[in-house]
Amino acid sequence: MPNATLKYSSQAVAKLYFIAALGLFTGQIIFGLTLGLQYVIGDLFFPLIPFNIARMVHTNLLIVWLLFGFMGAAYYMIPEESETELYSPLLAKVLFWVFLVAGALTILGYLLVPYATLAEMTGNDLLATMGREFLEQPLPTKLGIVVVALGFLFNISMTVLKGRKTSVSLVLLMGLWGLALMFLFSFVNPSNLVRDKMYWWFVVHLWVEGTWELIMGAMLAFVLVKTTGVDREVIDKWLYVIITLALVTGILGTGHHFYFIGLPGYWQWVGSVFSALEPIPFFAMTMFAFNMVQRRRREHPNQAAVLWAVGTAVIGFLGAGLWGFIHTLSPVNYYTHGSQVTAAHGHLAFYGAYVLVVIAMISYAMPMLRGRQANPRRAQSVEMWSFWVMSVSMGVMVLALTGAGVLQIWLQRMPTTGAMSFMATQDQLVFFYWIRVAGGVGFLLGLLMYLSSFFVGAASHEQTDTAANMRVRQV
Amino acid sequence: MSQGFTSQMARNIFYGGTAFFVLLFAALILHTETKIPERSKAGDLTPAVVRGKHLWETRNCIGCHTLLGEGAYFAPELGNVYQRRGPDFIKAWIKAQPTHAPGRRQMPQFNFTEAQLDDLVEFLKWTNGVNTEKWPPNIEG
Repeated sequence: MPNATLKYSSQAVAKLYFIAALGLFTGQIIFGLTLGLQYVIGDLFFPLIPFNIARMVHTNLLIVWLLFGFMGAAYYMIPEESETELYSPLLAKVLFWVFLVAGALTILGYLLVPYATLAEMTGNDLLATMGREFLEQPLPTKLGIVVVALGFLFNISMTVLKGRKTSVSLVLLMGLWGLALMFLFSFVNPSNLVRDKMYWWFVVHLWVEGTWELIMGAMLAFVLVKTTGVDREVIDKWLYVIITLALVTGILGTGHHFYFIGLPGYWQWVGSVFSALEPIPFFAMTMFAFNMVQRRRREHPNQAAVLWAVGTAVIGFLGAGLWGFIHTLSPVNYYTHGSQVTAAHGHLAFYGAYVLVVIAMISYAMPMLRGRQANPRRAQSVEMWSFWVMSVSMGVMVLALTGAGVLQIWLQRMPTTGAMSFMATQDQLVFFYWIRVAGGVGFLLGLLMYLSSFFVGAASHEQTDTAANMRVRQV
Repeated sequence: MSQGFTSQMARNIFYGGTAFFVLLFAALILHTETKIPERSKAGDLTPAVVRGKHLWETRNCIGCHTLLGEGAYFAPELGNVYQRRGPDFIKAWIKAQPTHAPGRRQMPQFNFTEAQLDDLVEFLKWTNGVNTEKWPPNIEG
C-alpha cells in the first residue's frame, strides 16, 4: 500500500525495526522487574532463572533493542536526508529477520541451556569471548552482529553516497561505523585479566560515552529539524559543537574506568579531569533542545515527539552528566566503585540518553510510517502521560538505588576497622530495594501505557483537525 | 553563538579535536601496555590461572559478583576474596552451594572437579595480587 505521508517509500522498512525494538524493550523491563524482586526475595525463581541469567537477558535485551532502534532510525532518516530511496530495502528486511532470529535464539539459549554448556556448544573453547559483562553472547551471535552491522552499514553508506550529504547523515554514519568498529574489541580477550578489562572498556565505554553520543546527537538533531523547522545551518553548528565536546571529553574520559583495575596511577588524573568535563556535552544538548524549541518556526502537530526529544536532552544530562559526575572523580570513586551508586547512574543514563532518544525517533516517525503526520490528540495525550509515568518511576528507582549506594558505602566501604560484610550490608538496604521495585512496577505501567497509545484513535470532534494536520507541509 | 562561527568551522574543530584525542589516547594505551606485566605480575600467570579465568567466564560469575569492582552488584566482590577467606574456604563454599536458605540469595551448584576448584582458586589468588592502587578500601570489598 503506497504511503502518501512518507517522502520515500523505502523508509517503510523502519517500521519493522521499531516494532521489534518496542517488543524487546518490554521483555527487558519484565526481566528487570524480576531482578529487582530477586534483590529482596533472594531465592525467587531459583534455580529456574538464577539472577545472573535474568541480568544477562535484561542487559542484552537493552543493547539489542537499542540497536534495533538505531537501525530503524537510520533507515528512516537516511533516505530523507539523502533525498533518495534506500540503496536496498530488501537487504534491510533480510537483515532484520536475521538479527531478530539470532537475538531470539541467543536469549532462548541463555534461558534454556546452562551457560557453560552454551559456551561449549558454540565454540567458546576455540575463541573465548563469553562470560564478560554485556559481552556474554555466544561466538556465532557476535559474528552475526558483525555480519548484520556490515550489511546495514553498506546499505546506508551506499544510500548516503548516491544522495545529498547532510551533517546529520554524516554524523549518524560516523557514529554507526564507530559503533561497529569498537564492537570488534569484543573478540579481544587476553588471558591477563587486566588487559582483558582494559580492552573490554573499548567496547563498553567507547560505545556509550563515545560513538553512541554521535548517533544520539544526529537523531536528536533530525527530530528537532523536523519538528521545529529551525534553519539547518544553526542545527548543524550545534550538532558539531556537541559531538566535539562529547569526544574530546569522552575518549580520555575512558580513564575513569581505569582507576582500580590494575592500570597505572596516572589514569586517576586523566580520567578524573576529562570525565569531570563529560557533563558539558550533555548540558549543551539540553541547551540545544530548549533553544531550538524556543526558536521554532512551526507548530508541528506531533507535540509528543517534541516532549520525548526535550526529555532525552534533560534526563540524559541528569543521568549521564550529573549522576556520572557525582562518582567520577577518583577519590570519590575509590568508595563508590562497584556499588549501588554505579547501578543508579547506569539506569538513569541509559534511560535518559538512549531509551528516550530512540522513543523520540519512534514517536516522530511512527505516525508517518502509519500514514499520518501525527497521532490523534488523545493518543498523544496518552503518550505524553506515559513519558511522565516512566520518567518519574525511573526517578524513584534511581533515588532508591542512590540511597542504597550511599548507605552501602557508609557501612561497608568507609569504616577502616569493623566494616560490615557485603551480605550483611545488603540486609540493611532492603528498604531502598523495595522502593526500587515500586519504581520498576511504575515503569512497567508507564511502558504499557506508551504501548497502548498506538491503539488510541481520534475522538469524533478531532476528525477535522486530523484532516488539517495532513495538509501541514513537511520541512 | 556569533554569526562569525559557521557550521563548517565547527565541523573542522570536530575532526581536528577527535583526531588529536584519539592519537593521545592510543599513545597512553601503548604506554599502559608496557606497564601491565609488572602491575599484574604477569610472571605469575600460570596455565592454572588461565584455566581458572576460563571457568570464571564460562560460569558467568560476573553476572552476580564484581571482580575488581566490575560486574553485577548482587554478590560479594571477589578480587580480594583470596585474602578475605583463603583457598580452603573458597573451595568449601563453592561445593556447598546452593544453601537453600529460604528467602536468601542463592548461588548455583557448578559441579566442579577438585582440579577445577584449584584452578579457580589460582585465578582468584593471581587476581588478588594485581596492583589496584589499594582498592578496595577495606577487606570487605
